[in-house]
Amino acid sequence: MNNATDNNDREQFILSVLVSNHFGVLTRISGLFSRRGYNIDSLNVGETENPALSRMTIIVTGDDYIKSQIVKQLAKLQEVKKVELLPKAETVLREHLLIKISVDRQTRSEITEAVNVFRGKIVDFNTESLTIEINGEPSKLNAFIEFTKNYGIIEICRSGALAMKRGAYSL
Amino acid sequence: MKMTGAQIIVETLIEQGCDTVFGYPGGFVLNIYDELYKAQDRINHIIGAHEQGAAHAADGYARASGKVGVVIATSGPGATNLVTGIANAFLDSVPLVAITGNVPLNLLGRDSFQEVDIMGVTMPITKHNYIVRSVNELASILREAFYIAKSGRPGPVLVDIPKDIQLASAEYKKQTPAEKKSYSLPAESEIDEIASLISESKKPYIYSGGGIVISDASDEVKALAEKIDAPIGLSIMGLSALDGNHPNNLGMTGMHGHYASIKANYEADLIIALGVRFSDRATGNKSKYAPNAKIVHIDIDPAEFGKNIDVFKSVNGDVKAILRKLTEKIAKTKHPEWWDQINEFRAFENENAPKAEGMHPRNIIEKINAKADEKTIVATDVGQHQMWTAQFFKFKGRRTFLTSGGLGTMGYGMGAAIGGCIGSGGQRTILVTGDGSYGMNLHETVTAVSNGLPIIIVVMNNHTLGMVRQWQKLFFGERYSNTTLNRKTDFVALAKAFGADGARAETEAQFDAALEKALATNGPFLIDCVIDIDERVLPMIPAGSSIDSMIVN
Repeated sequence: MNNATDNNDREQFILSVLVSNHFGVLTRISGLFSRRGYNIDSLNVGETENPALSRMTIIVTGDDYIKSQIVKQLAKLQEVKKVELLPKAETVLREHLLIKISVDRQTRSEITEAVNVFRGKIVDFNTESLTIEINGEPSKLNAFIEFTKNYGIIEICRSGALAMKRGAYSL
Repeated sequence: MKMTGAQIIVETLIEQGCDTVFGYPGGFVLNIYDELYKAQDRINHIIGAHEQGAAHAADGYARASGKVGVVIATSGPGATNLVTGIANAFLDSVPLVAITGNVPLNLLGRDSFQEVDIMGVTMPITKHNYIVRSVNELASILREAFYIAKSGRPGPVLVDIPKDIQLASAEYKKQTPAEKKSYSLPAESEIDEIASLISESKKPYIYSGGGIVISDASDEVKALAEKIDAPIGLSIMGLSALDGNHPNNLGMTGMHGHYASIKANYEADLIIALGVRFSDRATGNKSKYAPNAKIVHIDIDPAEFGKNIDVFKSVNGDVKAILRKLTEKIAKTKHPEWWDQINEFRAFENENAPKAEGMHPRNIIEKINAKADEKTIVATDVGQHQMWTAQFFKFKGRRTFLTSGGLGTMGYGMGAAIGGCIGSGGQRTILVTGDGSYGMNLHETVTAVSNGLPIIIVVMNNHTLGMVRQWQKLFFGERYSNTTLNRKTDFVALAKAFGADGARAETEAQFDAALEKALATNGPFLIDCVIDIDERVLPMIPAGSSIDSMIVN
């Protein structure tokens, strides 16, 4: 068996990366992915409790080879302070969705009902459209988007997933 | 002490132990050059003919000396001309600090005159890079650049310094250069595991590469090979790590390797891979690479484990320290049956090798070899002449072979020879090149002349791009598209025009005479060696193929 040559099954995995809060660090990381031919499903970056560090959550689809290479190649970058693969079962995964849907008198109430079921919030409202925010696991957001496809989506904006391991552990 | 940014740059270079820098002045590095002028009794600057040549010279300097090479270029075209040199150093793990000037901070991002985002351009080909945004961080960034360049797996670091940072002032205090990062020995159990794999093996093969040169582990590899009675095969980057005449040394493996080395690599039951990265040129078809072997991989860069080849056991750390510990732990063994087999491979290799006669490249390389000692620096460009040198030159001293292994940069050799000659303290340097490769950066000969460097330039002149022609002959139905150069260039006259000396050799006797004259010359001397257009590099394993497709003769 040769992982370095064989194509194994592809799966989605969650990377949590602590990086220096420097100029150009996002380019450096995204450049590494494109250079080595790894696809990013989503990437989120934001400040942390330490102003010198940012935290990225990167969702990637790939096989075992890509999974191990990504972690090692990221770890080589000077500005990457820590990189970890988060096990799905022990991870809180959340994403934020803003979605604008065209509505009329009749469909408005149907959508409002769905928003309640999905525990979302209507954040903007007029005669022609509704803007809704929902957060949760990406799969939940997908389900909501799927539902709204019947009504006419005007635009979608997703934050990309945020992830944190459960328990007192920190990255 | 309060200093300007430009002064801080020069002082930090000196502080970091840099005695020679290579480069080319220009608008946005004028202040740095002004400080270099003032400090010329403490730091030497070599101006290249072109920034690319200067970058290759810094690379050659680093390879020959083991120190960090430094190259300086101005913004825009100066910076982009460094790119090939930086990429070359990146692929071959050469410690290099490239310093570029840039437009002042307030003009950045406005497509100003000679502005290029060189940090963005070089991100994928550097270990790390910086743009300095405050003069207060200038010295610490430069120190970090040196530390990163030389630590672990070495590589190039670029520091882009806007003009106003060079003019601004900050406090500077001299510091002792940081030691390179140290690596602790792996756990005892890790080394025990390798030791037991070695003791179980009947056909061990040591595959070593550039990491041995960098880690200064030649003696340790030799000691291991002798103790476990194993043959050693080398990647092109590892050739100068081991005496070419050592009885265990089978020479280069891979696409154009020695037959015995390739065969032993294939037949082995254990590959002990030391400071290598299993490049596709070394492995060929990966699914058929060493099919009967367990692979043990020792390297300082853990990202290499399983990147190109799956390995049975990998150990991360400094190969020199690990080998010392490992060799201590293992019992002395003999493998007479394995050597019987290897000697058969060697006999086959010898029967099929080209004869060293006339103007055959093997003869030329062997004649050069006969005149070289363990300090002679050998540089090459890229192509057939490079492979002939790798195959037939018997390297004697570590850090004596300067060749573009990873990037395969035609035009690397002239700059590298200049840097290697200077980095070795002015040792006799021989550049083996081809008419195609030499043509790419031949203007750099002027730098060798200006500095009176004892460089012999041997142009293997077959009037064609020989390696490409070889592929065209084998795989493209002899359609020699754009490879038959047949230029009218008179290389000897050209050398003379540059202020060097030279001679043309069409026969063996002419070559002997030219080489004698070259060796008696203190400055650069070019020998234009006319060789056959259809001379091939053999053996050859076509790209992506395995040993079954090896072309032997």
